[in-house]
Amino acid sequence: MNTLSSTPALPRSPLLASAELPRSREGDPVFAEPWQAVAFAMTVRLHEQGVFSWSEWAEALSAELYKPGRRADGSDYYDCWVAALSRLVTELSIASGPELEALVTSWQRAAEATPHGTPIALANDPLR
Amino acid sequence: MSEHHHGHGDDHGHHHDNHLTDMEARVKALETVLTEKGLIDPAAIDAIVDAYETKVGPRNGARVVAKAWSDADFADWLRRDATAAIASLGFTGRQGEHMRAVFNTPETHNLIVCTLCSCYPWAVLGLPPVWYKAAPYRSRAVIDPRGVLAEFGLELSPEKKVRVWDSTAELRYLVVPERPEGTDGFGEDALAELVTRDSMIGTGLALSPEGVR
Repeated sequence: MNTLSSTPALPRSPLLASAELPRSREGDPVFAEPWQAVAFAMTVRLHEQGVFSWSEWAEALSAELYKPGRRADGSDYYDCWVAALSRLVTELSIASGPELEALVTSWQRAAEATPHGTPIALANDPLR
Repeated sequence: MSEHHHGHGDDHGHHHDNHLTDMEARVKALETVLTEKGLIDPAAIDAIVDAYETKVGPRNGARVVAKAWSDADFADWLRRDATAAIASLGFTGRQGEHMRAVFNTPETHNLIVCTLCSCYPWAVLGLPPVWYKAAPYRSRAVIDPRGVLAEFGLELSPEKKVRVWDSTAELRYLVVPERPEGTDGFGEDALAELVTRDSMIGTGLALSPEGVR
């Protein structure tokens, strides 16, 4: 277990230059909740693999960031990030919008149906 | 001997950890689709998350511990009402969870776990390490805490009691490690350098001043 607690090097992705990205004093991204880090990491990985270009990402993100009705304190930054990523995933035909929405509700049903004390698995969705 | 403090009270009724917020479910859905299409690998995602979490997260908690070591009134406050004492330093949980600080003493070592999922004091420790979320740690921390500690390189004397605290969505724990020897006269900044993330989970101790050089 203790081999896992060593510190790996931080990946330096061009996505670190994303508009308005919340950062620590050292310039690293900061996350308020784990899902934000997962969303960030997935996007970094997709970009590394050439699924979309830097400019495609920047455009999708800024479209979400500059929509009206954002929270004044910027605490919905990663909500925008996830919306931008979802949009790219559908625009690039990786998944359709309805397919993605069906999976969102499937995960929610799976969570509610998962017995206390066991990890949530998608297979626990009773309607799946 | 170890004691297992089970914080999952029935008074919380059906409202518990097995619920995903809209954003959590959305990220899970994306992860599922992208994994199925072979575009991401969950292990690669964990590795990226882990890299950021170990670098960025736990400095807030270290400030809390360093202040408790230096300021007896603050330590007292932290013991009585950790949520308020920690909030006074500007660190508050976004989900309004309550905090409790558990203090290591010469007699007792404290260890935190979340047996159900991965409840973790994000506001003070950042994101949970990958092993904290993994089934082996979650199940074994309660059954065999000394064995788990030994795997982290921490051998405790048999007389020392180990207390295991099980986190919930509503109540999260922070371990206040013992202040290391040879740190008389250290300011809060120097002390904070000695406080590791693992020492605030209980899988490690604070560093000795020689350990930092």
